Amino acid sequence: MRAVNPAARIAYALLGGPILGGLAVTASAAFGYLPALGRTHVSLAPWRRLFAEPGLWPSLRLTASVGFAATLLSLALAFALLARRPGGWLGATLTPLLASPHSAVAIGLAFLIAPSGWIIRLLSPWATGFTAPPDWLTVVGDPQGWALTLGLVVKETPFLLAVGLAALAEVRAEPQTQAARALGYGPARAWWLVVTPQLYARMRWPLYAVLAYSLSVVDMALVLAPSHPAPLSLLALRWLTSPDLAELFPGEAAALLQLALVGAGFAAMRGLEAAASFALDRLARNGRRASMGDGLAPALAMGARAILALGLGSLAALALWAVAWRWPFPRALPQSYSLRLAASEAASLAGPAATTITLAAASAGASLALAVAWLEGEDRLGRRSSSALIFLPLLLPQIAFLFGVEALAAALRWDGGFVAVAWAHGLFVFPYVWLALAGPWRGLDPRYAHAAAALGAGRLKALLRVKLPLLAAPMSLAFAIGVAVSVAQYLSTLFVGGGRVATLTTEALALSSGGDRRLSGVVGLAQALVPLAAYLAAWGVGRRT
Amino acid sequence: MRSRIWLAASAALALLASSARADPAWDAVLAKAKGETVYWNAWGGDPRTNAFIAWVGERLDKLYGVKVAQVKLTDTGEAVARVVAEKAAGRDHDGSVDLIWINGPNFLAMKQKGLLYGPFADRLPNSRYIDTAHEPSNVVDFTIPVDGYESPWRLAQFVFIYDSAKVPAPPRSLNALTEWIKAHPGRFTYPDPKDFMGASFLKQVLIDLAPDRARLSQPADAAAFKAETAPLWAWCDRVRASLWRKGVEYPANESALIQALNDGEVDFAMAFDPAEAASAAKAGRLPASVRVTTFADGTLGNTSFVAIPYNSPHKDAAMVVADFLLDPATQAYAQNIDHLGAYNVLDLAKLNPEQRKLFADLPSDPALPRPQDLAPVLLEPHPSWMTGIAEEWRRRYSQ
Repeated sequence: MRAVNPAARIAYALLGGPILGGLAVTASAAFGYLPALGRTHVSLAPWRRLFAEPGLWPSLRLTASVGFAATLLSLALAFALLARRPGGWLGATLTPLLASPHSAVAIGLAFLIAPSGWIIRLLSPWATGFTAPPDWLTVVGDPQGWALTLGLVVKETPFLLAVGLAALAEVRAEPQTQAARALGYGPARAWWLVVTPQLYARMRWPLYAVLAYSLSVVDMALVLAPSHPAPLSLLALRWLTSPDLAELFPGEAAALLQLALVGAGFAAMRGLEAAASFALDRLARNGRRASMGDGLAPALAMGARAILALGLGSLAALALWAVAWRWPFPRALPQSYSLRLAASEAASLAGPAATTITLAAASAGASLALAVAWLEGEDRLGRRSSSALIFLPLLLPQIAFLFGVEALAAALRWDGGFVAVAWAHGLFVFPYVWLALAGPWRGLDPRYAHAAAALGAGRLKALLRVKLPLLAAPMSLAFAIGVAVSVAQYLSTLFVGGGRVATLTTEALALSSGGDRRLSGVVGLAQALVPLAAYLAAWGVGRRT
Repeated sequence: MRSRIWLAASAALALLASSARADPAWDAVLAKAKGETVYWNAWGGDPRTNAFIAWVGERLDKLYGVKVAQVKLTDTGEAVARVVAEKAAGRDHDGSVDLIWINGPNFLAMKQKGLLYGPFADRLPNSRYIDTAHEPSNVVDFTIPVDGYESPWRLAQFVFIYDSAKVPAPPRSLNALTEWIKAHPGRFTYPDPKDFMGASFLKQVLIDLAPDRARLSQPADAAAFKAETAPLWAWCDRVRASLWRKGVEYPANESALIQALNDGEVDFAMAFDPAEAASAAKAGRLPASVRVTTFADGTLGNTSFVAIPYNSPHKDAAMVVADFLLDPATQAYAQNIDHLGAYNVLDLAKLNPEQRKLFADLPSDPALPRPQDLAPVLLEPHPSWMTGIAEEWRRRYSQ
């Protein structure tokens, strides 16, 4: 009998069960089977309805182009900035951007770039002559999805940079590039040929998660995406939340189509990887040593800085709105300030804030412990356990798959409880924690553990005294990412909590449907504070080690 | 004849008796409700409504030991979907939703699928104050008979919001509005009709232009839909190029439109609440000079209700909440612009002088129309028209 990795088995059971169950409900509903609504006949009607939808093909095109443009751009910008070997300023810049929820960044960015937005206000009327906002067609919600792409790049570039920085700490970049330079390679060529492939190997799964997220994004799309055609995720969401219950079925079909789209996206990504690897191989073997990309890389790095500045500007705009009372066009700054809204919200946010912190600590803590047990189990077995199953939550459009999870939780009489919600958060937290940890863990030089064993340390002692201290930085980053993922959970909290578990994020989205930027500012800042604290702690650990 | 007089007299006596709260059936409801928590699923986008619901909870906790927890929705469809999921799981007795703020298509969907508890509304002692004579929308919700499956709590009427400092004389008819749009390109728009508010605006235009307005109270069929909506599409085509963003993009919902008004991108917003301008100005969301207006011939109106899902485990406590919402003192509190500004659903003639005084003493606000300033209320068409025009609009104008 083959030895098993017990932690991996536990993870499969805890995560795989509800995911596959939820998927089964979604898949059967996509073919018209949902006994609760009296539908017991399998049919293709939902698919016919889906493909008869006007604008479905433009919608698919938009979804795919936004998803790939955002992912590849974010990767290119992150690589370019990493190649500049950024200093300590980067961590300080990334932290607020990583901590802020997608929806808050989207609202801030929309205000920044709108025709009545902050950038135009700063230039009006002295430079533009505008006393009323121009009726430009169109900056937010443009038909090509550039605003949404920009929003995703603003949020995902910092994520990839953070993962990249952690990976960089594992790759011995300086001695390797020095060796390459000693062989006569130019500095840029040395970096791109020697370091970047190693970084990519460690950033690969996070990158796939970014691609899946960008292809199925809901919260940013609600603010920045065009409505005609809308991305596929919004099309599915509209059906799934329609009061006409018959529309659930095409909605579930759209959810399955979304899954297929993400699958096709992954296949295309594999194709791009193969092409890039072939090209790099050719570049490495062509014998040329002169520097390359000397113009492009610094330009991209400038672009990356501009993107980070845009992100920080969005957060600054939101913070200003949080203390504004009236801010009419074209004033560069608010006309009047007031803390009235912040004060009245603070009282009602105290309870949800406590729930948010407890849920985040529970789900991120349990996920980290399970991920460590999993990876340590792999080391002891000497082989890797299959991890495909745990990524399903990152690939499936949340709303469709959660409908099934909600039904399962309700059947077990588990919904509405804290434990059930923490578990549902864990479905999404664990893969990110695992992703953030697996690369650095597997990249850890095994000779450390061998040396510990040679010195007579048992496996537990080697783990506690050698491996974990060496991996303190990626572990604390993994925990912080887990906290951020938990805090940002909206649909899972709402569905599995039966709406009864109120967090900062459920409050924020409920209030954002009222469209008051000042309130969005107050709640968005409150939402960002919890992960911000976790990231700052992780950053502190990273600096110390 | 004599027996009829006797019947009237005994009915009056019964009324007197119940007003003295000697109602054993209701006392039993109150007794069972004590100590329970009602999960009230209500749209959470309006801080003032949220504060009102919190106030209801405090009052009921003091009066009857009933607690209220608001489940803040971004869309009422979420609560409907939740009850569906619970039914899917065979969870027929201990659902998670006790009370829903609901009307129109959501009500129709739940009523048709047997997802509602009732009839319960006629069992509420305060239901005798409801205005059933002058406000037909209190008994017929989007042409669907209420039948006691939901209980009213606030009136809604379609209004335009504008800044009186920028638009001194707003249009009071569809024709005048059309002229105004043509004369001010890029300064008017309506929300995307996939949103409730956008669909309501199109319904308003439909009612004004339909060749046979009475036909709209029946379910739509293909022939009638084509005939009645043809002038609506002609109107949309006529104004489209003069709309904000040339009619290519539309604001996502009412809130986005109000934000565009606040940002100076457009000159009109719309709401389904005559007090919206006054409350937005008080809250600093809009300038102090905003006002509301309606078409002189009338605008769409409807009633907000609360309904109880079939699987709520706290039906008695939910009924206590529904009854408290109809209490004249609660209705007057809600109508106070310092609290909520929601128009009441009661027939003031049915109240005693002290209760009437509560309404007469309410504070006024320059941005708040008096009830007599509002045009007549036009009844909602059958829900099928709303669904139909939203779909047809999408087919025509979304590429």
